[in-house]
Parts: sequence; C-alpha cells; structure tokens
Amino acid sequence: MIGWLQRLGQSGLGFFERLGRAHLLFYNILAGVPSVLLRPSLLIQQVYSVGVLSMLIILVSGLFVGMVLGLQGYNTLVDFGAEESLGTLVALTLVRELGPVVTALLFAGRAGSALTAEIGLMKATEQLSGMEMMAVDPIKRVLSPRFLAGFLSMPLLAAIFSAVGVMGGYFVGVGLLGVDEGSYWSQMQSSVELYEDIFNGVIKSVVFGVVAGWIAIFEGYDALPTSEGVSRATTRTVVHTSLAVLGLDFILTALMFGDN
Amino acid sequence: MMQSRTVEIWVGLFIAAGMAALFVLAMQVSNLTVVNTDEGYDVTARFENISGLKVRAPVTMAGVRIGRVTEVGFDPRTFEAVVTMHISSQYNELPADSSASIFTAGLLGEQYIGLEPGGDMEVLKGGSEIMLTQSALILEQLIGQFLFSKAAEGEAK
Repeated sequence: MIGWLQRLGQSGLGFFERLGRAHLLFYNILAGVPSVLLRPSLLIQQVYSVGVLSMLIILVSGLFVGMVLGLQGYNTLVDFGAEESLGTLVALTLVRELGPVVTALLFAGRAGSALTAEIGLMKATEQLSGMEMMAVDPIKRVLSPRFLAGFLSMPLLAAIFSAVGVMGGYFVGVGLLGVDEGSYWSQMQSSVELYEDIFNGVIKSVVFGVVAGWIAIFEGYDALPTSEGVSRATTRTVVHTSLAVLGLDFILTALMFGDN
Repeated sequence: MMQSRTVEIWVGLFIAAGMAALFVLAMQVSNLTVVNTDEGYDVTARFENISGLKVRAPVTMAGVRIGRVTEVGFDPRTFEAVVTMHISSQYNELPADSSASIFTAGLLGEQYIGLEPGGDMEVLKGGSEIMLTQSALILEQLIGQFLFSKAAEGEAK
C-alpha cells in the first residue's frame, strides 16, 4: 500500500517536473526568437524542412478530404433537396475544423516527429553540448529557429489545406455529381464570414503551430540520450501533440463558436 | 545539404502558396467582396415587424443585390424596428419614394429587404429615410388568419 502510494507520488512529481521543464524551455525559446530574426538564413532552412517538405502530404490529403466531404455531403443533403448548400457545408467544415485540425495532426506526424528525432539525436551524439563548449547557445541556434518555423508554417499549411479541399469538393460536387456551379460558390460566399470563420480558423492553426512546435522540441530536448530514448520521445511527440491538438480544438471551438 | 538558393526559392514558393490560399479563402469563399470595400450611403427604414431579419442580410432591387443591412435597432417611442442599410455608391439614383418590404428567400430561407422604385425625381441620399415600408409576413399569423376565415366561412353556410 505504501509502495503504491509512493509510486503514485513519484509519477505525479515527475509529471509536474516535466511540465516545469517544458515551460522553462518555452520561455528560453521565446527569448531566443529575436536573435533568430537577425539571422534569417537559419529560419529559412527550417521553414524548408518543416513547411515545404510537408506541403505534398498537405496538398494530397486536403484534396482527398475535400472530395470525400463533397461525396458524403451530397449524399446527405440530396435527401433534403438541399444539395445546393454543398459549398457551404464543404467550406465551413474545412475552414472551421478540418483545415486546422487535420493539418496539425499531419504536421505532428510529418514534421514534429522529424524535429524530435533530429534534436534527440543531436543530444545523444553530444552535438548540443559541443555547441555549449564553443559558447554557442544551442537554444538560440537550434531550437528557436525550429519553433519559429513551425509557428509560421502551420497557418500557411492550414490555409493551403482548406483552399485545396474547397477545390476538391468543387471537383466532386460540381464536376461529378452535377451540383450547380453558381450556387456552389454563391451559397458558400453568403454563409462563410471572413472574421467569424476564416480568421478563427487561422487563430486555431496558430495555436496548434505553437503547441506542436513546443511539444516536438521539448520531447527532443528532454529525450534520454540513447537510441531507445529518442525513439520513445518521437512516439510521445506524435501522441501528445495529437491529444493536445484535439483537446485544444474543443476548447477553442467552444470559445469561438459556442455562444451562437 | 541543398544549395541555399534552391532552398530559398522553395521557401518563397511555399510562403507565396500559403498567402495565395489565404487570399482565395478570403475573396472567393467568404462574403468579403461586397461590404467594406466600396463606399456608399446609409438609409433607414421603419418596420412594424422585421421577423428574422439579421444584420448583413442582403438589400435587393429587382432581385439584384445593391447593399446590405448594417444595423437593426428598436425605437422605444413608436415601438417600431429601425433598420439601417448600406447601399453601394454606384446605385445613387434610387427615387426617394421607393418602398421597402421584407421578403423571405424560399419557404424557409433567410429574410432580405426588397426595394421597389417609386416615381419621385428626388433621389435617396445618405441619412434619408424610406417612408413606405411593408413588414415581414409572419407565417404563424398567416396560418391563423387562414384558419379564422375558414371557420367564418363554415358558419356562414
């Protein structure tokens, strides 16, 4: 009984210790952001590996998610004779929810895991300690550019996802199923609000970008410097980011759209 | 490691694509295009009942959208609804005695304001008020009247 209590306390303390380390690291990363802006070449390199290399998976999944929404939405709406509202359904679903959320989940799998593995291996092969020996701050040099790259890439990726998805819904709805082209766009335009829907979607993806980048970098920086430790940290990144994104999405949705 | 020039070009392409996607979403998907961008003038109208008319509802003439509702208020002295609408500046020759009615798009659609042109030589300007108005048709009241008249017919026979 005492042993069980002790283990419970130990894991609770460990949890709060990790949380505290994660927050300290977060403030240090934020403090390193101004020095990144003075050396944009570091940032560009990271935007390439985080954003540009994620673009293919975002484009393809955005297109297919939009096409599936078109098909499923049409099948449901046609029962009510409201298939003209397909544009509204596709656009609102993508801009409010699926764009930011699916992008964040894909980002965690594609870019977050890569970030964690890279930073974890840097730590395991003592490159980070080597930098410290040369009086180069690894947080400013390695972590802040990666965080900033994730922060910048996520809204852009989510916007690309939504735009491609709307086009995918258009191909299926108008091209294959014969929804009227004019009403697809005009119903969409009359019901999607710039501030209510699109800006809130962008805010969501900015929040997800901060969270996904933070978790990926912390897990890599906090990984045990062994190959097993790095592999565990990579798994934890994907799991924790997905959970955090889905949980935060509920809270953000409740705050943004809950009162109407 | 790739040439830094190639990397920069790809990053530039990525950022341009992201911005273009945001732009497409803002211009093509949302209804930004009509409001905020053009100048125009505000006119008001008083209605006995506006039913479900909402801010941003379209204002049409002959079925063409010429503006939007910008404000819905209530006059506590006359117990009337005061609707302010914003009409695009290109439609600045509407007769001053035009009449405004509240219609419903389809059976269950949203409410909008339809303007009917009058014959006055004066035109509507910023701040002028449309005097001839017709309130929204309330479905429940119509059904009530219909039932009432049916019952009256039945008694007469």
